[in-house]
Amino acid sequence: MATRIVTIASSVGLHARPASLFVQAANATGLDIEIGRPDEESVDATSILGVMALGARHGEQIVLTAEGDGADEALDSLVELLSRDLDAE
Amino acid sequence: MTDVIRGIGVSPGAAVGPVVQVRAPVRPPADEAPTTDAAATHTRVKEAFESVAVTLEERAATADETAQQILTATALIARDKGLQKSIGKHLATGKGPTTAVTAAVEEYAAQFEALGGYFAERVTDLKDVRNRAVARLLGVPDPGVPDFDVPSVIVAHDLAPAETVTLNPSMVRAIVTEAGGRTSHTAILAAQMGIPAVVQFAGATTIPSGTIVAVDGDTGEVTLDPSEEYQRELIGKRERRRSALAGSAGPGRTRDGHPIALLANIGGVDDAVSAAAQDLEGVGLFRTEFVFLSRDTAPTLAEQTEIYTKVFEPFGTRRVVVRTLDAGADKPLAFADLGPEENPALGKRGLRLSALRPDLLDVQLEALGVAAKATHAEVKVMAPMVATPEEAAWFARRVRENGLPSVGVMIEVPGAALLASHVLAEVDFGSLGTNDLAQYTMAADRMEGVLSDLLDPWQPAVLKVIGHACDGARVAGKPMGVCGEAGGDPLLALVLAGLGVSSLSMAPSKVPIVRFALSLHNMATCHGMATAALDSRTAVDARSAVLALAHEGLVALLD
Repeated sequence: MATRIVTIASSVGLHARPASLFVQAANATGLDIEIGRPDEESVDATSILGVMALGARHGEQIVLTAEGDGADEALDSLVELLSRDLDAE
Repeated sequence: MTDVIRGIGVSPGAAVGPVVQVRAPVRPPADEAPTTDAAATHTRVKEAFESVAVTLEERAATADETAQQILTATALIARDKGLQKSIGKHLATGKGPTTAVTAAVEEYAAQFEALGGYFAERVTDLKDVRNRAVARLLGVPDPGVPDFDVPSVIVAHDLAPAETVTLNPSMVRAIVTEAGGRTSHTAILAAQMGIPAVVQFAGATTIPSGTIVAVDGDTGEVTLDPSEEYQRELIGKRERRRSALAGSAGPGRTRDGHPIALLANIGGVDDAVSAAAQDLEGVGLFRTEFVFLSRDTAPTLAEQTEIYTKVFEPFGTRRVVVRTLDAGADKPLAFADLGPEENPALGKRGLRLSALRPDLLDVQLEALGVAAKATHAEVKVMAPMVATPEEAAWFARRVRENGLPSVGVMIEVPGAALLASHVLAEVDFGSLGTNDLAQYTMAADRMEGVLSDLLDPWQPAVLKVIGHACDGARVAGKPMGVCGEAGGDPLLALVLAGLGVSSLSMAPSKVPIVRFALSLHNMATCHGMATAALDSRTAVDARSAVLALAHEGLVALLD
């Protein structure tokens, strides 16, 4: 299982446009990906409602996990996405 | 057949066109058959959601950028796996399909509402998806505004702000709603867009789609199947109005030259740019809420300074009156949640919130000070919901400490109106917020459409409170303006001028007719109208008494 820790760069946190872009990217990988706070129960990263309900704020650290072929590459691209201020783009 | 029914005209102008009915959402039938084969039913439910997602994506493909983002995110909700899991659990308990969908959506909605702020707003999108899915499961057309390709009259029970903003103004001839009130979102947005609108129109939702209707946004009359003759008359009236108004330009003044400044109410940068391009003397009410709502954290000094600069810039050296943050339990802020209140209209809102969170006010005032220095606009700052002279003094000191030379207070609490001479002694000017002043004077909730008659600014009791506040301003030697919807009613504007008001702020589309009304009447006539209105027994009596004194050139445009 691949795991990454990333700090949310988006200035409004992980909702609105950033959440929508993230979920679309997670869906595009075709893998089972989970997102959550360290030591808390994670949610399905392809569920927009789940991701928004997580309410991850700007500057907060979150954990991504994935299984299957290409899990490392998939997570790297998602980490890259979350490390940008998507709202400012 | 000619059939005239009267509602309340809330946005002036006249239009004729076919009706497009905005369909109300369908509720799950109370006697829905229980689910026996959960797997098969869930497949049907998933298909319904998938078709909703496809529709939303199709609409996104042709929408502008902002709408596209919203529609794409809403399509993701329709395909959400977590939502389907939850629906599956409800189906397994034997609930019928639409009942299960509604129950699952309710769970998410409650969760989002509890999170507040941005999340609470997304509940609208979630419910939109639910309404469409339920409609498709029941085999009825989707709720909401259907697609239409000729300019039409939009008819609804009530329009949500989200529905109003997605309307293409060039395709909407008029708006008619069964609910709503003088100060509802529909009324304010329609006036802002310059579209004629009538609210509180009984039976609006029963008019068949495609029926030709004539809408008079001044009188509130809506005529079904109007005769050719009536259509000509109405269009003629619109043309007369246009040509009469085309002849009036420049600063507001009475026939004998008393200046009454004509100003715009604005709520954002786009409003500022469009209002600044029009023939008006500045802004009498810049609502700053949009800077704060839908955010998780307080906007920074730099962010606020940038926004205020963009708002001030287009007005050159004209005045811009800024109202500081007006939030409270009904307009909650994620970063300044003071908890739910039993009675938000009477709670910790307006300046009361600023007193509890002075840090928010201080950053806002500092940003306003910087933006004012960076531009040429004559910036004035006022506080909402001031009730006492002490509050006015507290606010004035903070504003002046930030180098802002002109400070004022909104007069919207009857207590402050009654003590206006003392309250205004602490500041440089007052501005009557007639919507809230009417709500508090008549003890009638602004959001209750059925109480519209009580909220009529023609109510003699409301006018007396306004008159008292104007007297207090005179004693204090300070100017008093009006920034509620009352200022945009051309007849009432004359009464307000007669009571001593020196500026009127309104939706920009209402400025021309108010300017025209002032230009036809001497100040002495306005005084006479004010006395007649104050002496009246009812709101209807007050308006007819004033109409009887009005110049025929104005009367011809009103009735």
